[in-house]
Amino acid sequence: MSPGTQATRDWSRPSLLAGSLGRWLKVLPIILFLAALMFLPVGQLLSLSFLARDGSWTLAHYARLFTADVYVNVMLVTLKIAAWTTLATVVISYPVAYLIATRSQRAKSGLLFWVMLAFWTSFLVRTFGWLVLLGRQGMINQLLQALHLVDAPVGLLYTLPSVVVGMSHAMVPLCILTMVSVMDTIDHNSLRAGMTLGARPGSAFWRIYFPLSLPGVAAGGLLVFISSLGFFITPAFLGGRFETMITQVIIEQIQEMLNWSFAGALAMLLLVAALLIFLVYDRLLGLSTLAGEAGRSGSGRPSRLSALLSRAGLKICAGLGHVTDAVLFPAFLARGAERERPRRSFGPVVQWIVVLAILLFLCLPAFIMVPVSFTGGSTIDWPPRGFSLQWWQSLVNSPLWSQAALRSLVVALGTACLSMLLGVPAAFLLARETMRGKTALLALILSPLIVPRMIIAVALFYVYARIGLVGSYLGLILGHTVIAIPYVVITVMAVLKNYDQRYDQAAWNLGAPRLTTLMRITLPQIKAGLLSAFLFAFITSFDELTLALFVTGGLTTTLPKQMWDDALLRVNPTLAAASTLLLLLVSVVVLIISAIDRRAKALH
Amino acid sequence: MTETTAPLPAAAEKLSVVGLSKRYGDFVALHPTDLVVRPGEFLTLLGPSGSGKTTLLMMIAGLLQSDGGKLLIDGRNATYAPPWERGIGMVFQNYALFPHLTVFENIAFPLRMRRVPEAEIARAVARALDTVQLPHVADRLPRALSGGQQQRIALARCIVFQPSLILMDEPLGALDKKLRDQLQIEIKHLHSKLGTTIIYVTHDQQEALTMSDRVCLMNGGRIEQLGTPAELYFRPCSFFAADFLGESNFLPVTVESIAGGEASLSVAGRPDRLLAPAGTPAAGMKASLMIRPESLKVGRGAPQSGNVLAGTLAETIFVGGTTRRYVALDGLDTVFALELTRPGAARIERGETVFVSWESDRSVLLPGSEPRA
Repeated sequence: MSPGTQATRDWSRPSLLAGSLGRWLKVLPIILFLAALMFLPVGQLLSLSFLARDGSWTLAHYARLFTADVYVNVMLVTLKIAAWTTLATVVISYPVAYLIATRSQRAKSGLLFWVMLAFWTSFLVRTFGWLVLLGRQGMINQLLQALHLVDAPVGLLYTLPSVVVGMSHAMVPLCILTMVSVMDTIDHNSLRAGMTLGARPGSAFWRIYFPLSLPGVAAGGLLVFISSLGFFITPAFLGGRFETMITQVIIEQIQEMLNWSFAGALAMLLLVAALLIFLVYDRLLGLSTLAGEAGRSGSGRPSRLSALLSRAGLKICAGLGHVTDAVLFPAFLARGAERERPRRSFGPVVQWIVVLAILLFLCLPAFIMVPVSFTGGSTIDWPPRGFSLQWWQSLVNSPLWSQAALRSLVVALGTACLSMLLGVPAAFLLARETMRGKTALLALILSPLIVPRMIIAVALFYVYARIGLVGSYLGLILGHTVIAIPYVVITVMAVLKNYDQRYDQAAWNLGAPRLTTLMRITLPQIKAGLLSAFLFAFITSFDELTLALFVTGGLTTTLPKQMWDDALLRVNPTLAAASTLLLLLVSVVVLIISAIDRRAKALH
Repeated sequence: MTETTAPLPAAAEKLSVVGLSKRYGDFVALHPTDLVVRPGEFLTLLGPSGSGKTTLLMMIAGLLQSDGGKLLIDGRNATYAPPWERGIGMVFQNYALFPHLTVFENIAFPLRMRRVPEAEIARAVARALDTVQLPHVADRLPRALSGGQQQRIALARCIVFQPSLILMDEPLGALDKKLRDQLQIEIKHLHSKLGTTIIYVTHDQQEALTMSDRVCLMNGGRIEQLGTPAELYFRPCSFFAADFLGESNFLPVTVESIAGGEASLSVAGRPDRLLAPAGTPAAGMKASLMIRPESLKVGRGAPQSGNVLAGTLAETIFVGGTTRRYVALDGLDTVFALELTRPGAARIERGETVFVSWESDRSVLLPGSEPRA
């Protein structure tokens, strides 16, 4: 550094790039991108719902929506299915999340790997798995018959329970991850302290741990409920006529009726429902709990309403504690006896059995497609008949499948690159600067997670159709980038949160300018996190069906779209082979991510 | 291990640890250990991190299962008793106040677990809050309190059910020095007022000396020395003990002869002869002589009695109330003396020849040579 270069500058003013201009450069692209590819299209779709065929304003579509029994019923069914799914998901997720949060680091990452694998395995693949498990000739029916519990195959599919099972299965990983992020903040000395103060394990859990974990339960439940409202894959394959959900009606309106305005009205309904639920949640708990932070009440004194609520809640918890203790840790066994021998405890064993059962539930539907893909028969049945590679051959030899796979790969790579380009600078800004409007900015960037994907897909289809982007690589990449951006931003923000900015300050102090510091100090330290973010974006796109369903057009399909089409026409083991392929790819990516994660943890 | 006090009758034991041990794979967190704690005693487990003091405390609390040995509380075998049946109070390092409960509910918690009637709970909690001098915070949440206040609430929660044994795991570690000094005194007063037995874990030697009736010094998963603060300070039994508590000078010596409880020593590389109370080292063995700096005198003239070594004054440092004098001894390390500062005292210049002297009974003969320079 020669002192001369500095002498020529005027340091009496702030440099533009370091100030507000630099800040805008980081977020303007992502704001414009989301505005153009999400907010405008969605707004347009919603505004269609107020237009009559001749272009004049009307509320006729809404009148039809609320007067025709069919649609009111569909809405009620949608809410019912979402509610049951939420309940089932939360109950299933809690024990696994608890175990993950309370284990040592090594057991933790082992369990997390399976959850992540389930999380990233395509809904489509898992839904097909349930077809094999629940079918009339499926694994469960055969098991029931072998145990002589039933005489003839039972109709398990195409019922409300089968839809709820399939959907909870899809939602459990998300719910677990959300709960764990809250449970990780609970001080484990709390439980120990409770026990030294005389609480048996049941009371300690229900009076201390459970109330502290409630924000996680609420956050998980909220995400599950809202995602469930927008489901269509599971009800389409596992549900019957009476389990039709609102998104299926939207698809029908567009693909069969070409009635954009009415689809717009349905989309409006779905969106309003989702936002309403968010609003209620924010009022009760505060949205910050979603990010794993403590509840909103910052002041030391609880408000009277929440004090009343929590007192009632604590009474219930106390009762549950007594019941648990009475059942699991009866006092008469302990009283008065000297403790010279360790007491047998079945607690941990029961815990592990429950969790292993849940992990089996999580992974079995995905893995069951592997043996089925090698069947010698011509149907997706259990058990597979004989062994053959014919379905793999037909997969590899079919130009339709191989082109779809190649197209998926190109689109996924493009999506990953573009979403990193837009997301990483924004994540830097969000993680490091304190400024006004930061919460609003974060909400804006995360909104593609909140707005049901179906609405984004339909809206993009409407816009693409007018500007000729349907069926193009570019159109699909742009659409997938909208969806991948939140994952990239969340991941990179999490990485930066752990990065000590004093490294950068030290580099500046030693004479390195901003860009040099970024390239030589910051990036080398966070490159593992960046790679994870890249892979998340890649996998989001590679596995994506909803957008692909609309914007790929008739001929240019992606792998998930090809699977969907194939499944609607004829379910044959080629589908199992394709699912296996997808599963294999996802496993490799998740394995890489968790290896990166472990190495990064070992470093710190 | 050196048990310097006379053994007590069995009935007088509050807690007795017999051969208790713990290992994690190859790492031995605690070698088989014996320890007896008397009723009403304030005993401190002192040691560096990884010395096994927290492991021992956790096993006493029942939060960690031992691999071997047994544990008697009030003479009853409680080796495998779960923590909620032990009735031991515990104050955690980060207080572990329940964040979702008010201060009142936090303190009421142990009473509710014992099904104490509501009216009595209210009285007991109020009394506990009075005891820690925070009667006005009952309906606040813990996060609205300062660190020192949280510490006091943790104390209140622990004493409210009147346990006869209280464990404290570095309870003052997170506080600043001034607050720490103040709370040390408060805990000490609380101890004498309540008459409970307290086992206190710390790595701060000053805290251990200030507060304890007895100090149990731990190192590498073993008890290094057990005794009163004065015993540990003036009669350390090993290098580690002498080095960990307070400051010391060490001289490398050889034991020439032992007569009448007094050892005659030669100093490595010097003609001087020194006397010291006989310790464990036998005649002919290499040993180290420890002298606390406040026992050393530095002066221009050689005194008539006691041990004397000649050297040159290397440095004088004024530290306010005390003055440190560093004296270079030929063929040996520099030793230093700690004196009270006397404003009118004659000045000794750097480089002057001086005599370092001490009474022989103020030095301690330790086995072996110094482990590090």
